[in-house]
Amino acid sequence: MKILYGMQQPDEGTITVNGEQVTFHNPADAIARGIGMVHQHFMLADNLTVLENVVLGAEKLYGIGSKARAKIKEISDAYGLNVRPDVLLEELGVADRQRVEILKVLYRGAKTLILDEPTAVLVPQEVDALFDNLRELKAEGLTVIFISHKLGEVLSVADEITVIRRGTTVGTADPRTTTTKQLAELMVGSELPTPETEESTVTDVPLLRVEGLRLAQTDLDGVERIVLADISFTIHKGEVLGIAGVEGNGQSELVEAIMGIRDPDAGVITLDGTDISHAPTRRRREAGVGYIPEDRHRHGLLLEAPLWENRILGHVTERPNSRGGLLDTKAARADTERIVEAYDVRTPGIEVTAASLSGGNQQKLIVGREMSHDPKLLIAAHPTRGVDVGAQAAIWDHIREARRKGLAVLLISADLDELIGLSDTLRVMYRGRLVADADPATITPEELGSAMTGAATGHLEHAEDDHR
Amino acid sequence: MNKLTQRIDKERLLLGIAAPLLAVVAALVVTTLVILATGKNPGDAFSDMVTYGSASDSQVYILNKATTYYLAGVAVALGFRMNLFNIGVDGQYRLAAFIAAVLGGALTVPGWIAIPLIMLCAMATGALWAAIAGLLKVTRGVSEVISTIMLNSIATAIIAYLLQPGKLGQLDQAGTLVSTKPLPTSSYFFSIDTGPAGVLWGFIVVAVIVGVGYWFVLGRTRFGFDLRTVGQSETAAAASGVGVKKMVATSMIISGAVAGLIGMPTLLNDSHRFSNDFPAGIGFTGIAIALLGRNHPIGIALGALLWGFLERTTNHLEFQGYDKEILGVIQGVIVLCVVIAYEVVRRYGLKRQQQRVGAELAAQAAAPTEKQQEVAR
Repeated sequence: MKILYGMQQPDEGTITVNGEQVTFHNPADAIARGIGMVHQHFMLADNLTVLENVVLGAEKLYGIGSKARAKIKEISDAYGLNVRPDVLLEELGVADRQRVEILKVLYRGAKTLILDEPTAVLVPQEVDALFDNLRELKAEGLTVIFISHKLGEVLSVADEITVIRRGTTVGTADPRTTTTKQLAELMVGSELPTPETEESTVTDVPLLRVEGLRLAQTDLDGVERIVLADISFTIHKGEVLGIAGVEGNGQSELVEAIMGIRDPDAGVITLDGTDISHAPTRRRREAGVGYIPEDRHRHGLLLEAPLWENRILGHVTERPNSRGGLLDTKAARADTERIVEAYDVRTPGIEVTAASLSGGNQQKLIVGREMSHDPKLLIAAHPTRGVDVGAQAAIWDHIREARRKGLAVLLISADLDELIGLSDTLRVMYRGRLVADADPATITPEELGSAMTGAATGHLEHAEDDHR
Repeated sequence: MNKLTQRIDKERLLLGIAAPLLAVVAALVVTTLVILATGKNPGDAFSDMVTYGSASDSQVYILNKATTYYLAGVAVALGFRMNLFNIGVDGQYRLAAFIAAVLGGALTVPGWIAIPLIMLCAMATGALWAAIAGLLKVTRGVSEVISTIMLNSIATAIIAYLLQPGKLGQLDQAGTLVSTKPLPTSSYFFSIDTGPAGVLWGFIVVAVIVGVGYWFVLGRTRFGFDLRTVGQSETAAAASGVGVKKMVATSMIISGAVAGLIGMPTLLNDSHRFSNDFPAGIGFTGIAIALLGRNHPIGIALGALLWGFLERTTNHLEFQGYDKEILGVIQGVIVLCVVIAYEVVRRYGLKRQQQRVGAELAAQAAAPTEKQQEVAR
């Protein structure tokens, strides 16, 4: 994908566009050939209007004034994108931003669109809208490359499917004749993994209790914004509490407050009977909190350090990493070997840097590290994001295993199937509040999705919801 | 698997050496061009540098200089490992040397008490001066670059004010030099007389101890690991439980304490007083040396020796009719090349390792797949 967009050069092989063999040295080359990319993480400036965002870097095409505006209108109408050029970007929701990204690419004259995990941040209703847009694009003769690990979506939107596993094409499939199961088997190379838990292991021993948690943040303009408002919940031993919500509704802040990275303004956090509301992060970790951060590159790894140093990260005060004030590099190395073995981290050795591993293997290393210190509570924020299907199944297994061992697990995810499949209890977070709860045994992703946009609150009942 | 690990290690070592070597070679080329441009023979100049620089009196001179430079390099490197740019090493060591010289001149206790006291006083002064910048950074978010530059000027002003006859300074017999009260002979640091080659400063022992301590603390202790973590990724450090702010302040203070030692070889082994011709600007030399030495204890030592060598030999070139500005040119080019070469080599190494790991894993994965396909056929 990066090669297609000219961000990386291939060692071998050729790319052919419209029957003509091409080489891309940078994204500009790719754009010139009509290839455009919509990144998983949007590349937009919040403080500019839609129009400004679109013309940014492409001022030469239609200028920055009325001509550009007319062009944007034209594209927007042609493909049913519904983009308003003069709105400030910060006022737009995630789905609208994505449409701006798509428009940006079309504005530059793209005939082939690459979409990288475009549905990861969308609720089901928004996904449907996106698919309508894509069909519109297709009808107008554009080519769309849709990259996703959500099989149902691929089947519903694609005309042709290519499955890539560990950097090689393992097969192609026709969506009309293929089932999700067959596709998944092609992806994993074995049987289908599903995020389903077995019988309940929930006990009535509360392990983590959060009461009245409140966090306010003053932004650059001096306006105080409530990030977390009266968050209360309890996780028992052997229970997985899943928190659903569109990203940016306070989930990251909640995790950071529980980890001690942010100091809450009010509220009490009790871990296994001890008040840890204002304890430093290191004490919480020593007390048995395992943490799989949502952004492993920023919070979970030292990218340029070798694997064994990454194994020490976060647990430097605990054995086998250190004794007294001194590091025990020999024991840490040996234990890294053990983790690599036990958690199937695919690496040629423990001296390579973390940056040289794939996302899935980095994540397996993190999971292995966090599980190696007998945690009582595991916080897993988007544990399978950007991870290949094989690693995803392995990580799900580890979470289930943790639950079986009696850990309390706080699971935050944008993948609703993952949430419903793994959780014992579900809560929905919207604008810093826990607005709804649901029973994962009966709820559907669509129902959950409507609560995530704030359309439904309270206890979500499957059948009754349908009748209302 | 082991084999590959070793290979990567060897390659990493090679890459590590490649960068400074590249820089020095590039500097040589540029210097050659510069000397050629002035109409002189570069070959003669280089051979003069080598013969003069390897003379025994030059060796002692270089070692003495390198002692000071090494301490400066370590002080700066400590900050670099934390992603802190302690430009204030310069002010820290000058103020520290001045206060320590005043204390040393006033003490009338035996040497074995006085010398440690003087050193501790210097370290404390350097630490305090650096702590101002550290505290400003963690409490008010003031960039340490700005605050330390300003603290350098303030240190200069304080020294100029206090180093006056009638305050803490005194005029020497000739009436030309203002200095602090000289240290009593008992407070001189031991030195090694090498005969005609000169006197080797005993403080080199302290420099070695500082180097070993630097290596040990950073590489082998929990504290050192926390420090490096913050330097590599503040966000990961915070998530892993390191108090980032506390760490920033602490490392600034340690950097300042080591900076306090920079003036000590000169004070205790050579000048025995702080006068207005006390060497200045060594803090900035330290930045160059830390860059050149890649913040590595041995690398810094090599950098310090190279700097001493260049200074000694280019001084001599001046007597041979070359321009003395050659020194500045060589040093400047080396620093510039080092910064560029390191970044190039770092990126290359990272990319190369990713490719290797990818290739290795693909080979592992391919083996069973091929078998399966054969079975399928």
